[in-house]
Amino acid sequence: MAYSDKVLQHYENPRNVGSFDKNEQGVATGMVGAPACGDVMKLQIKVNTDGVIEDARFKTYGCGSAIASSSLVTEWIKGKTLDEAMTIRNTEIAEELALPPVKIHCSILAEDAIKAAIEDYRSKYDGQSLLSAKANNE
Amino acid sequence: MEQKAVNLPIYLDYSATTPVDPRVAEKMVPYLTEFFGNPASRSHAYGWTAEKAVENARNEVAALVKCDSREIIWTSGATESNNLAIKGAAHFHKGKGRHLITQKTEHKAVLDTMRELEREGYEVTYLDVEKNGLVSLDVFRAALRSDTILASIMMVNNEIGVIQPIAELGEICRTKGVLFHVDAAQATGKVNIDLQLMQVDLMSFSAHKTYGPKGIGALYVRRKPRVRLEGQMHGGGHERGLRSGTLATHQIVGMGEAFRLAREEMNSENERIRYLRDRLLDGLTQIEETYVNGDLVKRVPHNINISFNFVEGESLIMAIKELAVSSGSACTSASLEPSYVLRALGRNDELAHSSIRFSIGRFTTEAEIDFAIDLIRKKINRLREMSPLWEMFKDGVDLDKVQWAAH
Repeated sequence: MAYSDKVLQHYENPRNVGSFDKNEQGVATGMVGAPACGDVMKLQIKVNTDGVIEDARFKTYGCGSAIASSSLVTEWIKGKTLDEAMTIRNTEIAEELALPPVKIHCSILAEDAIKAAIEDYRSKYDGQSLLSAKANNE
Repeated sequence: MEQKAVNLPIYLDYSATTPVDPRVAEKMVPYLTEFFGNPASRSHAYGWTAEKAVENARNEVAALVKCDSREIIWTSGATESNNLAIKGAAHFHKGKGRHLITQKTEHKAVLDTMRELEREGYEVTYLDVEKNGLVSLDVFRAALRSDTILASIMMVNNEIGVIQPIAELGEICRTKGVLFHVDAAQATGKVNIDLQLMQVDLMSFSAHKTYGPKGIGALYVRRKPRVRLEGQMHGGGHERGLRSGTLATHQIVGMGEAFRLAREEMNSENERIRYLRDRLLDGLTQIEETYVNGDLVKRVPHNINISFNFVEGESLIMAIKELAVSSGSACTSASLEPSYVLRALGRNDELAHSSIRFSIGRFTTEAEIDFAIDLIRKKINRLREMSPLWEMFKDGVDLDKVQWAAH
C-alpha cells in the first residue's frame, strides 16, 4: 500500500508519543478501538485551569495510518479548549493525511479518541472540581 | 562482527514466488526465438524439436516426484491444476456421490473451487485443523462418507509451512475408495515426494514456487489405478483431452529445468536453508512475547511464521520496509480481516494481526538473515514503546478482561 508523505512523516517521527500519569491533576484518558479489530488508540490530554488542553500524549497499536492519525490529533488539540477540540472531524484528519478509503476508519478512531478523552475529563473533573481547582489557584 | 553488505530490500518472501534461476532462464530463451515451433505440429522439424523439449521437461517433472511422465498434464499453474483436479473429478464421478472433503487452511484455489461446487449442488466438509496446523487422521477418517468422491489436502501450507501427513491420509482414502488430491505447490524442492509410495491420485504443481517461470504448472493424474477426470478447458484435445490449448514450450522447458535442479540440489539446499532458518528463529524468539505459528517439527525449513504480540502487523511491515515479507493480516487489502489460516489454528485476532511470514530461499544469505534479525529487534522495540497494549501488558493488565469499545 502506498502511504502519503504526511502519513510517512508522522509514522517515522510521531509527535507526542508517551503517557502522562493518569492520576495527575488535569489529566484525562481516552482509549478507543479493540485489539481484535487491529487498532487501539490511547489519547491523553492535560487540561489547565482555563479549560485549555496544554499538552497531549498518545500510544497507538495499529497500522501506519492509525499511528499518523493519532500523532496528528495530538498536535491539533494542543492549545485548544475542550469545546474547540470537540469540533475536530474525522474528515479533516483524513484530508490532511490523504488517507485512502480503506483507512478512513483510522481517522474516525482518532476523532473518537479525542471525544473519549474529553468525556473522561468531564466525568472526572466535572464543572465543580474544575471550579474548585480554579478557586484554589486564585 | 563485520557486517557484510546486503542489497535492500531483502527478499524473504519465497513462499509468494521465487526468482527464475538464471540457469532456468538460459534454457528457456532459445524456445522463444529459435525453436518456436508448436509442439503439436507433426509435419515438420519445428514441431518435432518443440515436442522433444516438452517431453524432456515432462520427464524431469515426473522424475522429481517419482511418477510416470505420462501421468503429467501441463496447466497454467497450481490454481488451474487444483480446479481441473477437483472439478474434473467431481463432474466425472457425480453419479457416485456429491460429497467432497477439504480443510479450512487450504489455499483459496482449493477453497474457492469447493465453494463453486457447492453452488453446483455438491456438499463439502471443511475440516478443522489442530492447534499446530495439522489435520487429525481421526477427524479426517470420521468425515468420510459412502458418497464421498474426493478429498483434497495440501502437502505444505503456504502461510505457515506445516507438512500434512499425506502418506497416511492417502492410505485412508485408498482403503475407502475415495480419490485423494494433494496441492503440492509449496512442496516441490522442499520435501521428498514419492508417488510410488504415496497413495495420491491427483497432485498439483507450480513452477514459480520452485525457481521456474510463472504461468506454468502441472497436474499429476494417476494411471494405475486409473483416475478419470472431466476436462475443464475444451479445444484441440491437447494433453489427452484433459487440457486443450497450445503448449507454452518455453514455460514448460523452464519448469522442467527448474524441477531438474530441485531434484539435484534439494538435499544440500535444504540443509543450508535449515541453518539460516534456525539462525533467524533463534534471533527472533529471543524477543519477548513472540509465538511461532504452526508445528515446529513437521514444517519445511523455508518458512517461519511468527506473531509479535502487541504490535500490529501492517505497521510492522511498514517499519521493516527493508525486508520483503508477508503479513498474516490482510489489512493491506480492503477486508481488514486477519488471516483465516491463523484463525483456524485458534490464534486470537491480535496474534493473527501481528504475524509475519518469513520465507527463505535459494539466494538468501547469512548476512541478510543477520540484518533482518537486527532490524526487527529494533523496530519491535520502537513499536512496543508506542503500543498501549504493550504498556498495559507490562503493567500487568489482563487484556482479555478489558471491555474494548469495538468499532
